[in-house]
Amino acid sequence: MVSKTNEVKVYGKPRMRTDFPLPQCAGCHGPLLGKIISEVLEEMDLDGKTIAVAGVSCCAPGRLGDLAWDVMGGAHGPTVAEAVAIKRMRPDAFVIASAGDGEIGAIGIQYFMHAMLRGDKITTFMVNNACYAATGGQLAPTTLLGTVTTTSPYGRSADNEGYPLHAAELAAHIKGVAYSARVAVYSPAAFQSAKKCIRKAFQKQLDRVGFGFVEVVSGCPTNWGVQPTGLGKYIEEKMLPEYPLGIFKDVDSIA
Amino acid sequence: MTTRILMSGNEAAARGALDAGCKALFAYPITPQTEIMEHMAKELPKVGGVYLQVEGEYAAIYMTYAASLTGERVMTASSGCGLALMSEGISYCHAADAPLVIVDVSRLGPGIGTGGQHGQSDYRMVVHGGGNGGYHSIVLAPADCQETYDTVQLAFYLADKYRIVVMVLTDFMIARSEELVETRRLEFGPLPAKDWALKGKANKGGRFDVHRGGQTWATTVDYFTEHQELYRKIEASEIRFETYKTEEADFLLTAYGSMANVCHRAVDLAREQGLKVGLFRPISLWPFPVTELRALARKSGKVLVVEDCEGQYVDDVRCAVEGQVPVHLLGIWGRHNKTAWGVIHPERVLEEVTSLYGK
Repeated sequence: MVSKTNEVKVYGKPRMRTDFPLPQCAGCHGPLLGKIISEVLEEMDLDGKTIAVAGVSCCAPGRLGDLAWDVMGGAHGPTVAEAVAIKRMRPDAFVIASAGDGEIGAIGIQYFMHAMLRGDKITTFMVNNACYAATGGQLAPTTLLGTVTTTSPYGRSADNEGYPLHAAELAAHIKGVAYSARVAVYSPAAFQSAKKCIRKAFQKQLDRVGFGFVEVVSGCPTNWGVQPTGLGKYIEEKMLPEYPLGIFKDVDSIA
Repeated sequence: MTTRILMSGNEAAARGALDAGCKALFAYPITPQTEIMEHMAKELPKVGGVYLQVEGEYAAIYMTYAASLTGERVMTASSGCGLALMSEGISYCHAADAPLVIVDVSRLGPGIGTGGQHGQSDYRMVVHGGGNGGYHSIVLAPADCQETYDTVQLAFYLADKYRIVVMVLTDFMIARSEELVETRRLEFGPLPAKDWALKGKANKGGRFDVHRGGQTWATTVDYFTEHQELYRKIEASEIRFETYKTEEADFLLTAYGSMANVCHRAVDLAREQGLKVGLFRPISLWPFPVTELRALARKSGKVLVVEDCEGQYVDDVRCAVEGQVPVHLLGIWGRHNKTAWGVIHPERVLEEVTSLYGK
């Protein structure tokens, strides 16, 4: 075969992506998060020293061996605590926790809160798709008011189920947190902006500043009942008014 | 020259762990376990270890689980309701074949119970597991401070040898007694390399490991058959027990942990009166010395179980004896008074033996 030396590769899958088939539904935004994380880790030359804890949620990247990194499949809830323990045992490793909104916002909020309070030097991702997706679309702490789910058949009501969780804003109020942002991946522009935020969050861990948190607004076509092509519109019209994108905390030292 | 230090059973557990090379403790305070944490809090930082008082027992077990996957020797400790909170996590440890050690200093009663006073009612939860899914932890029950120190070291060895959770079950009496303990690192033999440990693929020549529990959809049955093979192997090699004056005995006492000490004294008292009483003390509660106990029970003709609770260990004794001889129980009602501080004395055991002997 003739080598065409003037050809430059401008796009491809990340090196970390293995041949393991992606288990997510068609159109799910979850694999895009895996893609950004992989790209940033590779660009920062961190993939070799990364140890990840991927929670029990359909969007936690790399849990099944779909990414080439040392990974622990977390239990449902304590993903952040597990990542904390690994970082404490191996301070020189680059440690990532990723989990869904049910895991971090409901059953595991205790571990999330205490890791932030201690300022544990890990980077945590919370995939916010406003539902429990892996179990078939049940009410999550992030479910929008009025939304009908299989476990809120009359729509989420403030009286009964309370109000949606704003994890990124919550994290910003806690002293041990070095960085907190909410990003999305529904458009090329959002994707690029998310990538910048994730790079920044990773840098906080490298600089040992404190806890880094990135909430990712993620489209779930299956449980939202929306075509993959309609996810952008749904996110812009329904999710972003409740969950504005932005950087809520970004400090270089915690005194 | 051997060093002997006066220490409590809890301190013995902590020192045993440190001398076995334990590099981390994640735990939450609970009576009567807390002195283990207190000792580790002082000593682990001195050896470059990780000590963290965490937000609850759930966090303690999951952090210990994750830490064990880095390949270091790690442990946690708890009691009663704290251990109950860890049940789910212990089940996860088994699913992922995580080698770690848990010390349980037994509490008494359901719920908050007596708030951490003496009793042996953690037996069923520790030995038969509170977690879901079907698993066995190796369970070792020392009876005094020296044995606690030695047993914790053995526990770390067995955990690494079989990639399994090893529980050390003590109780208030052992934990709060003080004895002279000879301290030295025990050597048990070679161990398999932890080539599965999480340390980042750059440190492993590019290989990466995925730990998410043993079951996959494609090989579900294999998980169970492989673990049954492991359990049979452990049963064949790791049965531990002790007998006292069982030759020619025609009455068998059996107890574990601190109650075995009480029974030991009761055997001496009975022998002074010419009653041919012996004692069987299981040290490994799982694997349980089923055949050894059954043989001695058949030879003796009668069994009295002594345990400081409503009767949990007695179930395993009855199961082992298979109805071949009568099995009696002296439980918590044998205490010298009705309070949380009541104790089953050797004299009370002797009284029970006398009432059953020869009948």
